[in-house]
Amino acid sequence: MQPNATISPSTLSVKDLPWQILWHKDKCTLCGRCTAVCPVNAIELGVFRKRRVEVSLAPQGNSASSFEVYHGIRQKTDPAYACVGCATCSLVCPNDAIFPMRSDEADKLRYHINRGGQPRSRGGRRNTPGGILDQIKFIRISMLTDPALDAGRHEFEMRTLLGRILPPEQNLKFVNENGWIPPVREIYPLIIGGMSFGALSPNMWEGLQMGVAYLNEEMGMPVRMCTGEGGCPPRLLRSPFLKYVILQIASGYFGWDEIIHAIPEMVEDPCAIEIKYGQGAKPGDGGLLMWHKVNRLIAAIRGVPAGVSLPSPPTHQTQYSIEESVAKMIQSMCMAWGFRVPVYPKISATSTAMAVLNNLTRNPYAAGLAIDGEDGGTGAAYNVSMDHMGHPIATNVRDSYLNLVKVGMQNEIPIFAGGGAGKSGNLAANAAALIMLGASGVQTGKYIMQAAAGCLGSETDRCNICNIGRCPRGITSQDPRLYRRLDVEQVAERVVDLFLAFDTELKKIMAPLGRSTALPIGMSDALGISDYHAAQRLDIKYVV
Amino acid sequence: MCRLFAMTSETPVSPMIALEAMDVMREGHDGSGVGLFLRDLGGPFEEIKDAPILSGIFSEAGLRRLDTFMMDVGFMTKYKITIKVPKKPPPGVPKRDIYLIRAYEYPEEWDGYTQAALNEKLLEIRLRLRAMGEEKHDMIVFSFWPDVIMLKEIGDPLQVANYLKLDRKELHARVIMAQGRQNTNYAINLYACHPFFIQGYASMTNGECTAFTPIREFLLSRNFPGYSGYQSDSEVFTHILHYTQTRLGLDISAYKHVITPLQDADIANHPNADLLTQLKQSCRRLIIDGPNCVIGCLPDHSLFMVQDRKKLRPGVVGGRPGRYAFSSEICGLDFAVPDRDKSQDFQPMHLDTVIVGPARQEVSICSQTQPLALLH
Repeated sequence: MQPNATISPSTLSVKDLPWQILWHKDKCTLCGRCTAVCPVNAIELGVFRKRRVEVSLAPQGNSASSFEVYHGIRQKTDPAYACVGCATCSLVCPNDAIFPMRSDEADKLRYHINRGGQPRSRGGRRNTPGGILDQIKFIRISMLTDPALDAGRHEFEMRTLLGRILPPEQNLKFVNENGWIPPVREIYPLIIGGMSFGALSPNMWEGLQMGVAYLNEEMGMPVRMCTGEGGCPPRLLRSPFLKYVILQIASGYFGWDEIIHAIPEMVEDPCAIEIKYGQGAKPGDGGLLMWHKVNRLIAAIRGVPAGVSLPSPPTHQTQYSIEESVAKMIQSMCMAWGFRVPVYPKISATSTAMAVLNNLTRNPYAAGLAIDGEDGGTGAAYNVSMDHMGHPIATNVRDSYLNLVKVGMQNEIPIFAGGGAGKSGNLAANAAALIMLGASGVQTGKYIMQAAAGCLGSETDRCNICNIGRCPRGITSQDPRLYRRLDVEQVAERVVDLFLAFDTELKKIMAPLGRSTALPIGMSDALGISDYHAAQRLDIKYVV
Repeated sequence: MCRLFAMTSETPVSPMIALEAMDVMREGHDGSGVGLFLRDLGGPFEEIKDAPILSGIFSEAGLRRLDTFMMDVGFMTKYKITIKVPKKPPPGVPKRDIYLIRAYEYPEEWDGYTQAALNEKLLEIRLRLRAMGEEKHDMIVFSFWPDVIMLKEIGDPLQVANYLKLDRKELHARVIMAQGRQNTNYAINLYACHPFFIQGYASMTNGECTAFTPIREFLLSRNFPGYSGYQSDSEVFTHILHYTQTRLGLDISAYKHVITPLQDADIANHPNADLLTQLKQSCRRLIIDGPNCVIGCLPDHSLFMVQDRKKLRPGVVGGRPGRYAFSSEICGLDFAVPDRDKSQDFQPMHLDTVIVGPARQEVSICSQTQPLALLH
């Protein structure tokens, strides 16, 4: 820019951006890979003019200056093309000549990503690192009075129940009288949370399914995966592997025409049906698949035209009360599969979760409750929803569990917690904490994307472009040029790796607590935290 | 670790035999307390099998309050044992006013009550007395039940027994359970001392129940007034026993299926697979996780022993027809029943329930992999 040029309010310098591209001229080969690969076109070939001052050292010599031109990388400062810090440029650079650096102060870009009155929307997660789950310690270590167990060699019962469990008296009565006993699935306590076919690329989805199938068939771990709201590929609906799948229905009902029509041809029942009423990343907001990602395949599976954005309504349009939800959705879903499949709602964590739970306790068809905390991830949402809306998962799960304890139904309605488990990489510790606070199991999505497919997203606003289908890893893209970067079998392998590692870590937590015969659900006496008020609130020990 | 000893004998025996057996095993307890449970009593109580016996410790003031209370309800004292203690208790044993063992005549209004109603009323009275005692710290009540005497005190078992002069004819019994305490997590509180008792069911435990908190929460939320207390983690074993038998109508062979269910592969091969799957799921919050050895006594005077799934606690059963003993250690068994066939001694493992029935003629062993007795 010339010094005397006009500047608009949104004229930014590189310094004003959250990420600055550092480029080494002497290392750069000008191969152009970085500019080709950048998902947001933040860099381009730059032609730089440089003045060269030539000072003569001879007494009568004339000093002169000359101008020369060199080529290199220029970072765009237009807010629409701001670098997202994904560092795919570094990944492809043969000479390590380029990488993004985070700005040393808060960026000015944030004030300008609302062109045309459109507030920022993005994918990813809440931009707040850390959280209470990482602060919880496991303090009840078995010492002498009850020996700690050998995590490597002891037998551990790593199963949880998904489904409505009757109180023991009623259960035995129904066993004797051949009464209807609600379906219950014995599953692994870590569930791959709902990420839709559409939000995820075909390769990512297939890799996850393959990994899940391998864990079940070869490793004997009953891991389940939720489809998210986007339907389910027709072949999977008709395959025996459907039993490892939790089908999700949400307010857009995408893909459900296909699913309902496939019911007569299903050779196995699905593991469960999850009715999504809300998600933690954007509570009170419907799902959103932006037009970039709605190609012909996605459109066919979802039963919609291609190339249009697919915003789901914030609520199920036919239901305006919990009674209606229970009567219309839960019971009719139960009926669709002959009362053989557990059906449960998933809600955003909220201060009103107790009201939902109390209503569910009164309906024998409700198979559980999944609660998704504010730290949940999403493929697309408004930035404000992601960063500021929602309720933390820890207190919501704890309150719900203690509420069930009060009415004596803690074993009858399992609570599944999501949103924030593994946020800082401590998946097993976070999951164990949630289980001991009262969750029967844990749902996780972001950690799976990071560990199984190398997602670059972070809680400090790196990448986060899942919404526009330009995922540099090919995880959340529908563009074959991008998703072919992801090898299906390698994703499957990583899924298996991460579940086996999780299993070992969970045992390493359970064994010193002396627990092996049952999952330590609600074992709050094992938990401690050095934050006094958090300890009081969660009803766990305050330790310093 | 604590030490446990239980005995069932055709002829009434002195409780001293249990306490001396405990003394033989003294390396396994620290003398911080002793609990005694006597049932199927001989001596004077033989004649009044139906009269509820109140066992507890009272101060003078507490006794006066007790008398007023019991008279108001309509109970009449039928028989009592007076325990006169020397002025100075042995070291570590607190000075108490009255160790009370008193049999009552039921109030006249209770005449038409069914057995179930009587059971509820007796429990209610015991809980009310306990609450009264906790309010003014003047009474501690262990049991209020026909043909059952309980005694608990802080101190070395044998010293306490000599101090209380327990070697007396009135205290002879056919079923004796005793626990020598190794104080662990909890401050010494007599309500934390084993054995525990509820409506005819008694049990005592060695070890620590690592799943105590969720189990306690589950029992507390059953809306049954007797499921309370929990000064000790081991009290849950007695209550789970009571729950499975009275509320679920299950046999003793199913107790272990509740507290330590089989793993899924074993359930799949079990003849009662459907029932066991349901039981495992609906009683999931009662899974104990151990490590524990549990010795218990049922209303029909059967004694039983089970181990948790890990089998990390000692426990052995042996004897001869007419007299069997359950002991933490073989030396305790050797002391109590020396004239037995030692080759028949049995140490139950992670799947076994050992039962000596009221006839006291044999040790029956039931494994979790065997078919269940039909529900009754």
